[in-house]
Amino acid sequence: MTNILPLVVALPLGAGFLSPLLGKSRRGESMAALLALGIGFANLAISVALFTTTEPLVYWIGFWNAPVGISMAVDGLTRLLLLTTSLVALAALVFSIAYMRRFTATGLYYSLLMLMVAGMNGVIVTGDLFNLYVFLEVASISSYGLVAFGTEHEELEASFKYLILGSIGSLFILLGIGILYNLTGQLNMALVADSLAGRGANRAMTLAAAFFLMGFGLKAALVPFHAWLPDAHPSAPAPISAMLSGVLIKASGVYALARIVFNVMGPSAAHADVLTALGALSMVVGVFLAVGQWDFKRLLGYHSISQMGYIVLAIGVAAQVMSPRGSGDEALAGLLLFGGLFHLFNHAAFKSLLFLSSGSLEQQAGTRMLKELGGMRRRMPVTAFCCRIGALSIAGVPPFNGFFSKLVIVVALALAGKWLLAALAVFVAMMTLVSFLKVQRTVLEGETPERLAGVREAPYPMQSGMLILATVCLLGGPLVVWLRGWLLDPAAASLLTRAAGYAALFSPRGGP
Amino acid sequence: MTPHSPRGGSGMTIIVKSTTRIVTAFIMLFGTTIVLYGHVTPGGGFAGGVIIAAAFALIVLAFGKTLAGRFVTGTTASVWDSAAATAFLFVGVLGYLGGCFFWNFLRPPQSGRFTLFKLYSAGSILLSNTAIGMKVGMGLLGVFLALSVFRPRREEGEGHE
Repeated sequence: MTNILPLVVALPLGAGFLSPLLGKSRRGESMAALLALGIGFANLAISVALFTTTEPLVYWIGFWNAPVGISMAVDGLTRLLLLTTSLVALAALVFSIAYMRRFTATGLYYSLLMLMVAGMNGVIVTGDLFNLYVFLEVASISSYGLVAFGTEHEELEASFKYLILGSIGSLFILLGIGILYNLTGQLNMALVADSLAGRGANRAMTLAAAFFLMGFGLKAALVPFHAWLPDAHPSAPAPISAMLSGVLIKASGVYALARIVFNVMGPSAAHADVLTALGALSMVVGVFLAVGQWDFKRLLGYHSISQMGYIVLAIGVAAQVMSPRGSGDEALAGLLLFGGLFHLFNHAAFKSLLFLSSGSLEQQAGTRMLKELGGMRRRMPVTAFCCRIGALSIAGVPPFNGFFSKLVIVVALALAGKWLLAALAVFVAMMTLVSFLKVQRTVLEGETPERLAGVREAPYPMQSGMLILATVCLLGGPLVVWLRGWLLDPAAASLLTRAAGYAALFSPRGGP
Repeated sequence: MTPHSPRGGSGMTIIVKSTTRIVTAFIMLFGTTIVLYGHVTPGGGFAGGVIIAAAFALIVLAFGKTLAGRFVTGTTASVWDSAAATAFLFVGVLGYLGGCFFWNFLRPPQSGRFTLFKLYSAGSILLSNTAIGMKVGMGLLGVFLALSVFRPRREEGEGHE
């Protein structure tokens, strides 16, 4: 089973490099699309296959062992993230088949998309700090290109802003990694964790922690660092918006941050407090910025900030519980992480679904301004159905998946004694509902403007892309108990493994 | 860079052109050496690739991009760039077929010490370095050509073309 691990990076990377070679003819571009779609399916198959065992897996590249070699490591959290990424990527790829017809140079589009998938998968599976940075850059740089794909004024401006802020974030991450390397002389995450565990807090670690919070916070668009997201995510083509909001900010932001906070450095009290504060702030500020928006995709972008706040808040409070100052109650921290990670999975599904349906509306109706749309329920029944499921899920209406994850987060916050934060989470959920009621009312209900009388349903590939994610949203709620035992608790448990335990899990072994 | 040299052609003066004619081959040779000997001496695929790209950039600067465009265009650079990247991945995949991703299938680590300063002594690292050198060289050239597409905007009615 370990042997298929490099394929999650190698296959998309290969497709990314081959696509530009297929040429710019119509046939070459169709072949690039087919290749990307095939890789999308293979990716999903591999990430499902990794569930056949619950053991942690380690792969040493080129038979080189630690401390020199680079490892790929899989545990519960990796499995969860890989599954999420490949599900959303597959839906986005299916959607792209029809959606990208109006663009030129789609071969390059699939190339960049595949490179982004390779980068994200790399970030998720790598067990090496510097390698994490390299894959982070692969994913980020291809996403800068994808945001600018329309090459109009607005897109280029958004991409430039994203490029500058993203590079600053990457720089801080690199500095943080440099400090840890200087401190420990290791780059392998397990060995760094092992070396840091016996050391206790010191100033260099505090500085590294601050750099990581800043860098990954920027990648995850937490509130003081969020300015790029509402420009960048709506400017990209819709399937890319779905990938960026659905999985990229999670893989390169939340996942990497959680991995480093919990497994590598061990949660310190200051670290946890800052995470909690940033999470709560993003949750509230994001939703207030979203409520007044009339641009559909921009509104979704602001909601991404707000929903990321939920995830980071849950992870931050879990870190507080596990920090030296906290109670160390593993069951409570596990519940918080379960809520946070379940919301991560759900948000990937419903936010991508909403972005895809906004793309479908934009393509068929020619606008994404809420005020110019109306009565789309009758014109585009499938898109409207999917949009509605996404909206109800994100607003936390039972029995959709978003309800359960928000419920778990709120209950766990209350159990942790954070009544104020729990109340805030409920309040933000209500504001989200208000915001999406507005979307429902203006887009799906009401009179169809005369200009849109001839609008027809989107082509089948776009419908299928949306239906894949709508199914996940519909099933995620009722299957929560099963998902918890199979997917989410192992992921939470792998974050709760203390630094030394993480090192033991991935101790240097193997070899030819 | 003067857009119109006295001889009416594009590019720089004849001094620069003649010098470029002589040194370009040596620069490329130097870059190739750095790439090929990357595993036994300082340097490697990236450093050598940058030098090779610099040689191409020199040609474009000295002779103007119209003439250089006859030999290498952005598309050529892009195709070679992608092909080299695929070749690099292919070396990794060959290792994978032999047992482990990026395994040095030509000379496994346990088959003895590498010989210093000897070209054929590190197995597939030479292949990887060559692919990286080509990838970096063509990639940077592509970036350079893409940037050279831009030209200063002339005011309306002022141009003498």
